[in-house]
Amino acid sequence: MAPLLEIRNLSVSLELPNARLHAVRGATVSLDRGQTLGIVGESGSGKSMTALALMRLLPRGAEVNLDRLAFDSQDLTAVPDAVFAREILGRRMAMIFQEPMTSLNPVYTIGRQLTEASVRQGVLSAKVAHQRAIALLDRTGIPDPAGRMSQYPHQLSGGQRQRVMIAMALMMEPELLIADEPTTALDVTVQAQILELLAGLQCEMGMAMILISHDLAVVSEHTDRVAVMYGGEMIEEGRAAEVMAAAKHPYTQALLKAIPRMDGPPVKLAAIPGTVPSTTSIPKACIFASRCDFVRDVCRSGRPPVQGSDEHWRRCILGETELATQRQASPVAAMVRKAVEASTAPVIEARDIVQVFQSRRGLFGPKKEIRAVDGVNLTLKRGETLALVGESGSGKSTLARVMLGLSLPTSGSVLMRGKTLGGMSPRERAALVQPVFQDPYSSLNPRRTLAEIIVRPLELRGDGNSQTRLARVREVMDMVRLPQRLIHNYPAQLSGGQRQRVAIARALVTSPEALVCDEPTSALDVSVQAQILNLLTDLQANLGLSCLVITHDMGVVHQIANRVAVMLKGKLVEEGSTDAVLNHSSHEYTRTLLAAAPRFRAEETRLEFSGHE
Amino acid sequence: MLRYILLRGVLALAVAFTVSLAAFLLLNVATDPARAIAGEDATPEVVQTIRVRYGLDQPMPVRYAQWLGGVVQGDFGESYYWHKPVAELVAERAGVTIALALAAMAVTILIAIPLGVLAALNPNSWIDRTALGVAVSAQAVPNFWLGLIMIILFSVTFPIFPVSGDATWMHFVLPAFVLGATSVPAVMRLTRTGLIEVMGADYIRTARSKGYSGASLLWRHALRNALLPVISVLAVQLGQKFGGSVITESIFALNGLGRLALESILGADIPTVQMLIFVFAIVFVVMNLLADILNAALDPRIRIG
Amino acid sequence: MNIGIEPNLTAAEEPAPLTPRQIMRRRARKHRSLMIGAGIILVLAFIALFAPLLAPHDPFVQSLGKRMLPPVWVQGGNWDYLLGTDQNGRDYLSRLIYGAQVSMVIGIGAATIGLLIGVTLGVLAGYFGGWVDHAVSFLLTAQLALPGLLLAMALVFIIGPSVWVVIGIIGVLHWTYYLVVTRSATQRIRQLDFVAAASASGATSRQIIWHEILPNLISQIIVIFTFELGIAILAEASLSFLGVGIQPPTPSWGLMIAEGKAMMFYRPWLVILPGICLFVLVIGANLMGDGLRDITAPEGRN
Repeated sequence: MAPLLEIRNLSVSLELPNARLHAVRGATVSLDRGQTLGIVGESGSGKSMTALALMRLLPRGAEVNLDRLAFDSQDLTAVPDAVFAREILGRRMAMIFQEPMTSLNPVYTIGRQLTEASVRQGVLSAKVAHQRAIALLDRTGIPDPAGRMSQYPHQLSGGQRQRVMIAMALMMEPELLIADEPTTALDVTVQAQILELLAGLQCEMGMAMILISHDLAVVSEHTDRVAVMYGGEMIEEGRAAEVMAAAKHPYTQALLKAIPRMDGPPVKLAAIPGTVPSTTSIPKACIFASRCDFVRDVCRSGRPPVQGSDEHWRRCILGETELATQRQASPVAAMVRKAVEASTAPVIEARDIVQVFQSRRGLFGPKKEIRAVDGVNLTLKRGETLALVGESGSGKSTLARVMLGLSLPTSGSVLMRGKTLGGMSPRERAALVQPVFQDPYSSLNPRRTLAEIIVRPLELRGDGNSQTRLARVREVMDMVRLPQRLIHNYPAQLSGGQRQRVAIARALVTSPEALVCDEPTSALDVSVQAQILNLLTDLQANLGLSCLVITHDMGVVHQIANRVAVMLKGKLVEEGSTDAVLNHSSHEYTRTLLAAAPRFRAEETRLEFSGHE
Repeated sequence: MLRYILLRGVLALAVAFTVSLAAFLLLNVATDPARAIAGEDATPEVVQTIRVRYGLDQPMPVRYAQWLGGVVQGDFGESYYWHKPVAELVAERAGVTIALALAAMAVTILIAIPLGVLAALNPNSWIDRTALGVAVSAQAVPNFWLGLIMIILFSVTFPIFPVSGDATWMHFVLPAFVLGATSVPAVMRLTRTGLIEVMGADYIRTARSKGYSGASLLWRHALRNALLPVISVLAVQLGQKFGGSVITESIFALNGLGRLALESILGADIPTVQMLIFVFAIVFVVMNLLADILNAALDPRIRIG
Repeated sequence: MNIGIEPNLTAAEEPAPLTPRQIMRRRARKHRSLMIGAGIILVLAFIALFAPLLAPHDPFVQSLGKRMLPPVWVQGGNWDYLLGTDQNGRDYLSRLIYGAQVSMVIGIGAATIGLLIGVTLGVLAGYFGGWVDHAVSFLLTAQLALPGLLLAMALVFIIGPSVWVVIGIIGVLHWTYYLVVTRSATQRIRQLDFVAAASASGATSRQIIWHEILPNLISQIIVIFTFELGIAILAEASLSFLGVGIQPPTPSWGLMIAEGKAMMFYRPWLVILPGICLFVLVIGANLMGDGLRDITAPEGRN
């Protein structure tokens, strides 16, 4: 039987102010009816562009080239845009997007947005469409579906909006659903529900699905086949279980080793050195050559061949046997998670912290009170890494700001080395604890050079003279493994990972005793996340730092924490050693979080699933 | 919704009060109105007589209280220059200015919004560049000069429209065009950038993924969002049209409030100037209030908090 | 498809990308209307600065025998008076050249006063929020509600017209644009993590405003200054045209149009020429403002 979708040699290039970006090059995809294809890649790998090109939703100025594009044996390249929009989009192919908060039109009701397309295209009558919309809202798990129809998007939560998006995509029973990072913007527990929902609906309706994600675990759990993209190219494709279990491209292998895993003891992550190359010109060599551990001269001089069978192929010069030996050769170093004794002196103590926010609409609007943190006691001990876990809105970041001394709690007190925060000058406080933030793009002043950024805390303290300060800046740059040649560069000239190193360098320059890291890696790609996690682990061991790490990612907890504290709705619900909490959790919410965290179940589950056609 | 409107109304009242106080202080503290009325060559005795005659010898707070008390009862005092109640003067002249302001607004809307929409739908095309050229030129043309050129062109060289006066609607065409042109750049640019932003929004991509394209995409999904901020700016511009009528009315000899303002200033007629500033401010405040209400009606995010 | 550029794939070999300033300079050179606008402003600034050297005649000397000579290209024109003379027999070209001085001084002066008021209020409101912000917003609404031109006319008339009074009054009435932009920019920047990092390092509010926030506002402030320059120049011209601005015999373009108005049907150049000067100067400022905004805007997302 002919596949439902066949794309051969798709290339997409985009107009940039000063150059052309070759975002996708030679992508080839084939998908059968009812099948799920996962497209995995880090940011900039071209995975979303591939989907947008298929849906003809690319931004203005984008150029598409391909050898073949067939949908249900119909050659789509011959279909004009207007006909494509009228007959294919929404009806036979539908798409859901990453940002549920902004993907619905804020000025129209949910009901109108759900039904309009099907009614306008004459697929359903207004009455039938209305009924079907309510049924689909119900199926996607939205309470009071009939009541929702007259509500507006801003009255719904992010998870509910994504459910509405799914219902909307399914209104006309499409044969193909493309989900572009459908859960990235959502909390872990909601993420799991949405993915289950998608899988269930796909089964019921018998449609094919393309699931696009940066998250290998998500994809391996929910797809039949996986295509791995890197730098705009598909570098490996095969059955999901097989790719996870026996990846055949060095990049896929490295990526799998860069992800913190929840099973077994934590091992040192295999970070991929360097960053993804920019593709403003069409490469003449292997695009992964600069970061590949097994690189050879030929890799740098010519394009790698495609090897393997149709069932599982890769774009790499390494042969089957070489691959196997390479895979075993790379060592896996287990790390010892040292326990912190109960008697260890505390560095920061938070006592009965309550933080209440009062929000008002406008000048005279009604007051609303939000108890963001509600009576929390938390102690960070010397030399430990304490992970503070919770979902968005749990109050974990608010608590972190309080423990940093950046905001005053409504009640309760913070002690640093036994002294209350109120009795300390900002400089004393700064000498004890420093922050590292989530978004490396907003944590550095774009108008200052690296040297100016890193030296600033020393200037504020009035430490030393300009020469000793510069020497110290160079020292910490070495510590965080930032090349000295970048010292006079601006943040805009650095990659995300490099910026996060600058932020860490700035935090370390005054030699504080503790770091408070708020989601330090969640804005970074997996391969870069591994670099930063390894760096934090090393720094902590070498400098005897105490770290409070705020995260929503159980993998990160497993990787770096000695102790874990779990927050829910402003309250601490569980606290204990990492092993105890991850393996024998006492609180239901923690167990939900753990169950929702995506894991690799490479061998077992997926094989039976993919056998059913 | 009702609460929102009520709050906006209270705020508008507070603004109107502040503005009246500011106008009063600026006109009475910064200067000596008695001296201005008497003229430069007047003897101190004459100035003193005038001061007593108009009650200007009273302390400032008392005078403001008297003025405000009068305003509340609809009494804006008596014109020093025309020697009749200011309110009467203003009422006589208001019709011309209202007609001019509304006609000018129509000109603005008819030019700016279609041009802005066309430019946004074809960024960097010749339409876009033309629209931008129109905006940049309209912004740089001195308003009074444009009026004079229009008179030279369309009343003298090609005698289509009358030179001055306000007898027929033909008299309003050129003034309305000149006054309307001043708002074209702001409204056009806002329409353009607003629509470009909306066309790049995630929910437009969603609509396109449902099969919307071209005109139906624009009408059913983009325009309402894009024009929401334009409403507020139109209100501001309409409010400013009244103040802006000073130049246009004096060039085209329209006997409206703007001309009255110029004449009262040159005649040092402080009560009239004070009332006009107050009236123009009230018009501005009311327009903004209406825009806020309209915005709330069209935007559920405001209507349903 | 082969572009012939070596694929620069190794991160270490990749040359460091350009600094923000280099990128801006590069974009500026490619921006045609920015170059035109800047060129106009520079030329007119030069003319204003060296007016005494450039003007062929004394702009104040009246000569009753040479009243209303037409420009050289009109019949009866005279090479001694390139652009003719006005109703008092003064050389029009010389008066136009000196008029550039008046416009430039008033434009720059008033735009600077507005900048100081608007940026101060905007940064304070954006940074401190709360009641400071409410108070400043209220002030803004009240200022917008005041009919600016009318108030300026009344004040100039009552205080007494002079260049400094005109600069002061136009400046004091034109700060809202600075306020609106710097306020929202400050609100945005204040939320960014580098501000939190600075305060975690013990920086005071004043240090944060000067060291972290203002450097990020400069390009926007320059853009507004350029636009306000044009607006202030037009405001002066309007006041002078209505007779409540610059007073004769000082050569102001707006005043010259008013003086020529009575004879505009027979001697249209008396009105047209100063209008063109105003138009060119203001369009120069606007093109420059638009261009600066383009080149300093962050790169668009794709």
